[in-house]
Amino acid sequence: MSELSTNHLLGIKYLNLEDIELIFKTADQFKEVINRPIKKVPSLRDITIANLFFENSTRTKLSFELAEKRLSADIINFSAASSSVKKGETLIDTVNNILSMKVDMVVMRHPNAGAGVFLSQHVNASIINAGDGAHEHPTQALLDCYSIKQKYGDIKGLNVVIVGDILHSRVALSNIFALQKLGANVKVCGPATLLPKHIESLGVGIESNLIKALEWCDVANMLRVQNERMNMSFFPSTREYVLQYGLNKKILNALPKKITIMHPGPINRGVEITSDVADSKQSIILEQVENGVAIRMAAIYLLAAKIKHE
Amino acid sequence: MANRQLLIDSKKIHVILHRLVNQLIEKHLDFSNTVLIGLQPRGIDLANRIKKILEEDYQIRNIQLGYLDITFFRDDFRRNEKPLAANQTQIDFLVENKRVVFIDDVLFTGRSIRAALTAVQSFGRPSGIELLTLVDRRFSRHLPIQPDYVGCQVDAINSEKVLVMWQEKDGEDAVYLVEK
Repeated sequence: MSELSTNHLLGIKYLNLEDIELIFKTADQFKEVINRPIKKVPSLRDITIANLFFENSTRTKLSFELAEKRLSADIINFSAASSSVKKGETLIDTVNNILSMKVDMVVMRHPNAGAGVFLSQHVNASIINAGDGAHEHPTQALLDCYSIKQKYGDIKGLNVVIVGDILHSRVALSNIFALQKLGANVKVCGPATLLPKHIESLGVGIESNLIKALEWCDVANMLRVQNERMNMSFFPSTREYVLQYGLNKKILNALPKKITIMHPGPINRGVEITSDVADSKQSIILEQVENGVAIRMAAIYLLAAKIKHE
Repeated sequence: MANRQLLIDSKKIHVILHRLVNQLIEKHLDFSNTVLIGLQPRGIDLANRIKKILEEDYQIRNIQLGYLDITFFRDDFRRNEKPLAANQTQIDFLVENKRVVFIDDVLFTGRSIRAALTAVQSFGRPSGIELLTLVDRRFSRHLPIQPDYVGCQVDAINSEKVLVMWQEKDGEDAVYLVEK
């Protein structure tokens, strides 16, 4: 097995276990590449990639850009704030205009769920979803699982809890799919207002008490409260959220075993986790960022292998 | 495998390996400024064997040996039906100002060596690079690349494949000519 089963990376839902394992195996090799004195390989020098960000991003955009550059691809960047989207151009028109400049692959972040799937049905290019609304963020889930695998050797049988704003989180959904495909037990934990209805139908456990959730888990993925997506009050005050669902060093140290702390970033320090937890030895937040480049290189490399130039 | 013809048996391989090692020693003496790099996937078995002979039969210690994978540097990416699967690169040293010896089992078109010449630059600028190969398939080069140390020369046509087997991995030391 050395080929992905799909031509696009739209979500973890569309990948099978072999795809995920192939991406991890390829990422191992790229991780070695990005630790060389010269961190660049010429594999994709005849590929052009457009990074279309219709929504703000720092980490993901930089990580994709770096991954593309390390593979020697040509890249063009686009952000909606300074473009014709503001003049009323539709998504398909925007992308088709960019594709007529002979672009082979599109990395897209979009505020609407399903934008990547929609695009893949209407344009002739390989699409990577870099986050679509509150739907999926596949590369983040892949790098999270890869980081867990790196720490524990195997994901099968591990207990992972995702804490915080599940309702507005694309990271949560992609992580749930990826962790379950890899054999982990998943629970979500947060205030009832921030848990999607019927989330238990995905086969995840629900825990409203943070301490209980942390006592159960091996790995805790602490999500950010996405204030920018909240158009109403989901909890009385930030202070009350911190008291109920904020993770601090005192709680961490009182747990029966040493759990691993993850965070997809950006961190609201002092809200979902305190600084001393984020910077503690149990946190693998910076490893996640490093692995992000290797995982994205692997995904792009494997998708590019399926592009055939005439 | 139905159509395979034995080209070299284990006894002859033993003799060839010792000759290659002697030629290496003649040029590199104590290997203090030389590094060996086996090319993935099949060159590493030969490289391991050469290192073993250097250490056990000639008491040359501290030989630096690395494995180089050239997948990401190949010129036929996306020209094959299936994508190329990468192997592990393991080079724990810099090649800056070192004398590098590439080791591969079969030299055919020379394209792998071309890729390896580019790939090794990621680890520094060597003072020189040589090539050691067990089997040189003559008259089949696509590029102006020639080996410095040759085990034996073989004339084979394009539809044939030269297969090198190793005791450690395949249960015997042998070189076969196989119909593809």
